[in-house]
Amino acid sequence: MGMIELKGVHKSFGGTNVIPKVDLAIQNGEFVVFVGPSGCGKSTLLRLIAGLEDTTSGHITIDGRDVTGEPPAKRGLAMVFQSYALYPHMSVYKNIAFPLKMAGIDPAEIDRKVKAAAATLNLTNYLERRPGQLSGGQRQRVAIGRAIVRQPKAFLFDEPLSNLDASLRGTMRLEISELHHQLKTTMIYVTHDQVEAMTMADKIVVLNAGNIEQVGSPMDLYRNPRNLFVAGFIGSPRMNLISGKAAEERGATTIGIRPEHVSISKTEGKWSGTVGVAEHLGSDTFLHVHTDGVGTITVRTSGEVGLDHGANVWLTPQPDKLHRFDKEGLAIA
Amino acid sequence: MARAVTTQRKIFFTVASWAVALLIFFPILYTIITSLKSETEAIQGFGLIPSFTFENYVLVQTQNGYFKPFMNSVVISVGSTLIALLIAVPAAWAMAFSPTKRTKDILMWMLSTKMMPAVGVLVPMYLIFRDTALLDTRLGMTIVLTMINLPIVVWMLYTYFREIPGEILEAARMDGASLWNEIVHVLTPMAVPGIASTMLLNIILAWNEAFWSIRLSAANAAPLTAFIASFSSPQGLFWAKLSAASTLAIAPILVMGWFSQRQLVRGLTFGAVK
Repeated sequence: MGMIELKGVHKSFGGTNVIPKVDLAIQNGEFVVFVGPSGCGKSTLLRLIAGLEDTTSGHITIDGRDVTGEPPAKRGLAMVFQSYALYPHMSVYKNIAFPLKMAGIDPAEIDRKVKAAAATLNLTNYLERRPGQLSGGQRQRVAIGRAIVRQPKAFLFDEPLSNLDASLRGTMRLEISELHHQLKTTMIYVTHDQVEAMTMADKIVVLNAGNIEQVGSPMDLYRNPRNLFVAGFIGSPRMNLISGKAAEERGATTIGIRPEHVSISKTEGKWSGTVGVAEHLGSDTFLHVHTDGVGTITVRTSGEVGLDHGANVWLTPQPDKLHRFDKEGLAIA
Repeated sequence: MARAVTTQRKIFFTVASWAVALLIFFPILYTIITSLKSETEAIQGFGLIPSFTFENYVLVQTQNGYFKPFMNSVVISVGSTLIALLIAVPAAWAMAFSPTKRTKDILMWMLSTKMMPAVGVLVPMYLIFRDTALLDTRLGMTIVLTMINLPIVVWMLYTYFREIPGEILEAARMDGASLWNEIVHVLTPMAVPGIASTMLLNIILAWNEAFWSIRLSAANAAPLTAFIASFSSPQGLFWAKLSAASTLAIAPILVMGWFSQRQLVRGLTFGAVK
C-alpha cells in the first residue's frame, strides 16, 4: 500500500512561507509528478513527505496513519536523490544492502534481495565496485536499487535525472516508467522538466510559489489548463499567449493557442506576418512568426514545410483550440 | 607558455631547498651529534664530529630513568587525544549537520580560549589541581591536555564534516539508519582521513606540550618534556645527557610523523583548495 495524504500542510523557514497551505491526495500505485520552476517549493514538499523537513503545521498521513511527527526511517518510504547520495566508502553491493542491514534482515535474505535488485537493474557485474568507479547512469541505477530492495510503500524521486546527459536522461526516463509498471508502487517524482512530467506521470501536480496551481492527468493539463501559469508551463514549445485587441474580440483578457494548433498559409489567414527564426528538427519545424497585430507567434508545422527566414505568411488559430483567460489569469469556460 | 626549466635552474633550486631544509633541521641534527659526545667534548665548543659514545643514552636510562616519563608521555598524549575525539566527534557532528544560530559563536568562543596566554590561568589551575588531588597524576595531565587541545580538535573535525554532503546522511536516514548507525556506518568511515589526521596532529601537540606538563607534574606523572627540562638542574648543565634525553624524547614522535606524513599534509591542507 502507498496512499499518501497531505492535509493543510504548511512550511515556513524563519519568516519565509515556502509552502503556504497544501492539500493533496495521492492514491496507491500512482505515479505523481511535482513540477514547477526552480524555487517553487516542489523539493520542499517532497522532503516534508519524506520526513527530512518538519512541517510547520498540517498533517501527513500514509495509508491512513498520521506520520507528521515521525522520523524518515519510520515512514517506510525510499528516496532517490539528485546527487545519487551513494555511500562512497561502500561497494555497490553494500550500498544496496544498507537499508536491509539497517532493518536487521538475515544476511542470506539480504544477499538474495540484493542480487535480485542488481539483476533487475543490470548491475550484477558491478557489485564489487565503488560508486566512484561507475558512470552517472550506473550510479543512478544503484541509487534506485537501494530504494527498491526494501520494498517501500512509496518511492520519492528528487530530480533524479538532472545530472545526466540528454540521451541518458531519455533512457533512464523509460527505465523508471518501466519500473513503475513492474512494481506498481506509488512514486512521487519531482522535476522542473515538463517533458519528464508529461511523459511519466499518471497525475501531475503543478506548483508555483508553494501553491498547487492544478492537479490532473498530463492530457487534462494540456487540454484544460486552469490558469495562465499552467498554460504557459505545460507544453513544449510554450503556448502562445496573446493579449490586447485579439483577446478582447473573444471576450477575454488573454487568449492562448498552442503552436500545434495554428495553421499556416502563404496566401490567406487571420494574422499576417513574416517568419523570423525557423527551427528545423527533421520531424517538425518550429517557426517563430512576427505578426502585425498579435506579437511573435510560434507555429509547429511538419518537417517538410518550405518556409524560411523572411517569408511572408498568414496564420489562423483553430477556434476550438483557443484558451481564454480573464484578468485574474483564470481560464474562462 | 610554460616556463622552460633549465638544468641550471634545477640545480640551483635543488641546492637551495636542501640548504633551507638543513638549516631548519640543524638544531635537531646538532642535538643528535651532541648526544653522541662526552660531557667534556660537549662543553668544549662547536664541533660536528662526535666521539660516538653511547654512554649518555645508557646514563639517561640508568641514572634518570627514561622509561617512566616515556610511558607517561604515551599515556597522556594518546589518552588525551582519544578522550578529545570522543567528545569532539559528536560536537562537530552537531555543529556541522544541525547548526543553530549560535553555532558560529560557539566555535569562535572555543577558539578564543586558545588566544589567552596560558600563564593567565596558571594559579587558579594549580589550585584546582592541588585541591582535587590531580597534581602530578597521569589522570590530571590527561585532563588538562584534553581541554587544551579540544578546541582545535573540534574545529578540525567540524571542517572535515562540513565537506561531507548532507544528502548522503539524509539518504542514510531514509534507509532507516538511527542516529547512532548514521554516525557509525556512514559519517565516521567517510571522515576517517580527517579523523586520522586530527588524531595524529593532536598526539604531536600533546606530546610536545611543555608549559602545563612542567608546572603540574613532578616525579610521578612527568612526561618527556618535563624530563628534558629536569636536566637543567641544581647539579648544573649536562649538555650531552640533555641532548641524549631530547633525542630520545623526539624520536618516537619523529618516527610516527615520518610514517604518517601523507595523512598529516592532507589533513592540514584539507579544505584549503576546493
